[in-house]
Amino acid sequence: MVIEFLIDIALLMFLVTVAIAIVRVRDLFSAAMLFAIYSLLSAGLFAILDAGDVALTEAAVGAGISTILFLAVLALTSREEHPAPGTNRLALAVVTVTGACLIYAAGDLPDFGAADNPAQLHVAPYYTEQTYSDMGIPNMVAAVLAGYRSIDTMGEVFVILTAGLAVVALLSVPPRRRRRKPEPGEPEDNT
Amino acid sequence: MAWLGHFNYWIVVILMMIGFYAVIARGNMVKKIMGLNLFQTSVFIMFISAGKIIGGSTPVLREGVTVYSNPLPHVLILTAIVVGVATTATGLALAVRIREAYGTIEDDELVDPANQRPGETRLDGHAGKGDTPR
Amino acid sequence: MRTNGILRVIARFLIPLIMLFGLYIQFHGEYSPGGGFQAGVVFAAAWILFALIYGLDAALAVISQRAQFVLACLGALLYAFVGLLGVMLGGRFLDFRPLLESPQAAQQAGIIAVEFGVGVTVAACSMLFFTFFARRKREIDAVEAGGAD
Repeated sequence: MVIEFLIDIALLMFLVTVAIAIVRVRDLFSAAMLFAIYSLLSAGLFAILDAGDVALTEAAVGAGISTILFLAVLALTSREEHPAPGTNRLALAVVTVTGACLIYAAGDLPDFGAADNPAQLHVAPYYTEQTYSDMGIPNMVAAVLAGYRSIDTMGEVFVILTAGLAVVALLSVPPRRRRRKPEPGEPEDNT
Repeated sequence: MAWLGHFNYWIVVILMMIGFYAVIARGNMVKKIMGLNLFQTSVFIMFISAGKIIGGSTPVLREGVTVYSNPLPHVLILTAIVVGVATTATGLALAVRIREAYGTIEDDELVDPANQRPGETRLDGHAGKGDTPR
Repeated sequence: MRTNGILRVIARFLIPLIMLFGLYIQFHGEYSPGGGFQAGVVFAAAWILFALIYGLDAALAVISQRAQFVLACLGALLYAFVGLLGVMLGGRFLDFRPLLESPQAAQQAGIIAVEFGVGVTVAACSMLFFTFFARRKREIDAVEAGGAD
């Protein structure tokens, strides 16, 4: 139990460190790689928090597909971020106020991991007790995903399909030829 | 150990603040999308933390286990992660098109072409400092 | 990267294993952690690894862009069709119980069919994302090379 707690705390501290590094580093290639590390760490955290399915998804999606997409986009755009003109004080103030409100509100949340947490008392006992007699399958997550909440999942599938079509629509327009800066003495390129 | 009861939630708030700062203060669009992903992950961690029961187990029925963590947040977050990568891809596609049209994905340059650095060209005719649009 | 011997040998060894693992978490998802979403992403990751090492053209020869489109739509339609099948057999939308005699077997059949639809859509969409981002680079290079003539 204590070991679990210690791993949880260590992973959370790592996550904060990597997140700060992602925001601060100016080389976007490094940021993409740090983002893969961040996803892998959060997959480990999900595994510690008993969410095997979520950990599997986060490891495959966050560390795999997301990183590939970021790298593909960096090949298409610039690799270096412009230097920020100092710290943005207004943004920092907004973020600090929001965070302070949320930390204050977090004081009212029930303790982490308590079995009498309101989140555990609503439909969760039903799923835990009835899944096997209703569906005959041991994985409750699959049963809830495709059985009890299948209309919800159908919506998600169509969201993914729509996003796929949006990417196709955005990137199937043939690129126009980029206007080059005319060199001195060279006739201007009018295309 | 009483103070540990809310430790996960505090870290979630800190991660959310970092992501939020990247979204509103950073000018680069790829960086903004990364900030959005950080923000999103903090919400995921919050949901999974709320579903955890100390001493519980992964919600796959087995013999000899009586306490299972709540499967409902797992389902919600599982789908949210995949939808998150789909929306990330859409955002990145938009960034690619903006780069092709304007030659940049930096906010300050899009607002004012005079901030453009040498060697970058734009399709709409701005070719850096002092150039007039066609 | 086709010329790098280490990459080629390791990839030849790894890609079938990753695909097998994808199929395993697709069809064993009812008994262990797994399901359509994870399986689709893992399967697409194997294809993307193939594309990174052997080139996009070789990968598109295996699963063409048209096939990706068709599969993405078919997966989502399979999901909706299983839902409608329940209505046609006298139940409610996405109610699997009328599908078979025994309610448990019907639920399992429904869940497997629906998860398969999810897996196909997620895999095809992930492949589509990669295909379009990777092709864009080549198109832009072609346009810019044409501009230099």
